[in-house]
Amino acid sequence: MISATVSTQRKKIHPHKFTLWVGLGSIVMMFAGLTSAYIVKESQPEWTSVELPKVFYYSTAAIIASSITIQMALKAFKERSMMNYRRFITLTALLGTVFIILQLIGFSRMWGDGVDFKGSGAGQFLYIIFGLHVLHVLGGVVALLVIFFKAFSKRVRNYNPVTIELASTYWHFVDLLWIYLLVFFIWTL
Amino acid sequence: MSNEATHGHPEVVTTHEAHHDEHHVHHHKETFITKYVFSQDHKMIARQFLITGMAWAIIGGLMSVLFRLQLGYPDQSFPFLEDILGRWAKDGKITAESYYALVTMHGTVLVFFVLTGGLSGTFANFLIPLQIGARDMASPFLNMLSYWFFFIASVIMFSSLFVQTGPFSGGWTAYPPLSALGEASPGSKVGMDLWITSMALFVVSSLLGGLNYIATILNMRTKGMSMTRMPLTIWALFFTAVLGVLSFPVLLSGFILLLFDRHAGTSFYLDSIYIGSAALPNEGGSAILYQHLFWFLGHPEVYIIILPAMGIVSEVMSVNARKPIFGYMAMVGSLFAIAILAFLVWAHHMFVTGMNPFLGSVFVLLTLLIAIPSAIKVFNWLTTIWRGNIRFTPGMMFSLGFVSLFISGGLTGIFLGNSALDIALHDTYFVIAHFHIVMGVAGFFGMFAGIYHWFPKMFGRFLNNTMAYIHFWVTLIGSYLIFWPMHYEGLAGMPRRYLDYTNWLSFNQFDGLNKFISTVAMVVFAVQLMFIFNFFYSIFKGRRVTVKNPWGSSTLEWTTPIVAGHGNWPGEIPEVHRWAYDYSKDGREYISQTEPVTPDEKPH
Repeated sequence: MISATVSTQRKKIHPHKFTLWVGLGSIVMMFAGLTSAYIVKESQPEWTSVELPKVFYYSTAAIIASSITIQMALKAFKERSMMNYRRFITLTALLGTVFIILQLIGFSRMWGDGVDFKGSGAGQFLYIIFGLHVLHVLGGVVALLVIFFKAFSKRVRNYNPVTIELASTYWHFVDLLWIYLLVFFIWTL
Repeated sequence: MSNEATHGHPEVVTTHEAHHDEHHVHHHKETFITKYVFSQDHKMIARQFLITGMAWAIIGGLMSVLFRLQLGYPDQSFPFLEDILGRWAKDGKITAESYYALVTMHGTVLVFFVLTGGLSGTFANFLIPLQIGARDMASPFLNMLSYWFFFIASVIMFSSLFVQTGPFSGGWTAYPPLSALGEASPGSKVGMDLWITSMALFVVSSLLGGLNYIATILNMRTKGMSMTRMPLTIWALFFTAVLGVLSFPVLLSGFILLLFDRHAGTSFYLDSIYIGSAALPNEGGSAILYQHLFWFLGHPEVYIIILPAMGIVSEVMSVNARKPIFGYMAMVGSLFAIAILAFLVWAHHMFVTGMNPFLGSVFVLLTLLIAIPSAIKVFNWLTTIWRGNIRFTPGMMFSLGFVSLFISGGLTGIFLGNSALDIALHDTYFVIAHFHIVMGVAGFFGMFAGIYHWFPKMFGRFLNNTMAYIHFWVTLIGSYLIFWPMHYEGLAGMPRRYLDYTNWLSFNQFDGLNKFISTVAMVVFAVQLMFIFNFFYSIFKGRRVTVKNPWGSSTLEWTTPIVAGHGNWPGEIPEVHRWAYDYSKDGREYISQTEPVTPDEKPH
């Protein structure tokens, strides 16, 4: 009876997926706020520019590759090919971790080149904007780890694709967000 | 595909939801902790928000009484103040630091913790599932988290009142450099760190709540509940949630940059500052940048406060005038227009920051445009009660009071929206009078209307009517007596945020008026305490509700049992066949939304 009453509620899209989309909208607003603050400050006197270290391009390659692997994980899950699914989830989490490490290397290169918190300029924004993005990727990696351990659980066999679909949507989002941020900085610097 | 059939249809019922519904229909293992503390029932979470909000309202209101004592009687000392506040009121006189701390915390507490958390948190949680016909929110767990983030934010903000250097005292807008430099004032030290931490948690709470409200309204409506059949409360709460989800993250961005300026030595907001005779190393920052980020939230924030009140008033008014709401689609359209314009007018808070006058004129135009949807709403409320069969219930009285206040306070907004007039009026008592009437008191009136109207649904008992009418008349008359004279003070140029005006000869004419305002403020505060008494007394001893639908209302929440369990409807969720406002139709007083449309009726 209960499931019958629930199913009479119209659901074109799963509510959790919808919640995620609205949440992504609010993350977009946060970064939109920061990048517009950057544009406002750019025109002020005493603004200093920085050079983007090459390592940020390598990290871009890593995160784009991870977007492909999570898509393949989703495909494997829907085909019930659990071995491949686990393999691709692991690969995605690893690539995500590589991305985070490369970002941190990028930060330390810039800091080593004398871009610090003194004065005012693009470097301070870059640390904060890229840093907040790294935190969002880290959140995605943690979510993937949870899914990863669930995938290896022998006790529960779950064929409900909602969780992995949520994870892949979020993962593609942080990928696209990174590409936007990178293009923004290449364009403005 | 046969595999999928055996495992149920995951797109329709997730394992979590199915389990969740089952759990609560059978009512097993519901302990005190899961029922009253870590509850995932939207009705309990609503009551938690309401009671936390009420606690904050008493604290915030008491603060205003304390600083009104100073403003009304600057030459006298009150020894009892020293007993309460200690060294913050040495010799019974409030010190300058504590005065600034009091006005800052009064603003922060009432704007965010009462009129955002308390108002939206209560009524969005309570009404959305009940009025759209859902068992609970899209994610009851996130909903519970939303309350507990609010609770932790409250605890941190409250604790900042007790630190040695005092709570933050640089104004509720937290403009740098006062908010960015610990050396700027005592309140800018650890008090500001606690303020910013608390506000960050508050933003998280608002976002979690808002995501849930939007997802629930768009996805969880019962069969037949099309968007245009929803009660206006739901439309208003929907636009409120959209505003919050899109504007609070920008405030968070501003806070993150502020945090780096405070603790990491960056210069986002700081430039060429001298403390004593020493120059700070910060260079190249812009304090105006913070104002842009703050007011990009700050302006939508005032609509986050007033839209739920508008929705509640529309619903309560239609029910108690026994007439359909006039111009339903115009009401929805004007809510939408206000929500859009909310994002395009933030710089009218910044007319005197040295902004380009041509840019200012654009913001003047956009600001004055808000008068159009506001006027549409006012006319529709007036035409709803026009020739209605009005029942003057306490909820209805507060709704009528809301319309009165919204008109009086809205008209002064047209003065302030003009950048030329704003040169004279900014930062005077005129501004205080404007926003207290149109946002503060009107927001409270919407909240009171909602509490009096839905109290029977929340607690299964009625509030005491005699106390309710005293509460209404004293609050309405008192609010006008407090804030109306402030318009004159403002027009005379009396600036806000001053501890003592006695040495300022041109304002000595207002001595008597200030004493009068302070006295009325105390009376109004006392009446609010009476309301609090009425609230808690009636929870336990109020007159019992004996019928499901005491107000004869057509909306879905009154089709649930008098005291509804988790899941709201014991059997199936009712199906909806008509809009929410079929009152006095075909010779009948009201027709419930669940009643099928007869063949000779035009479907709505």
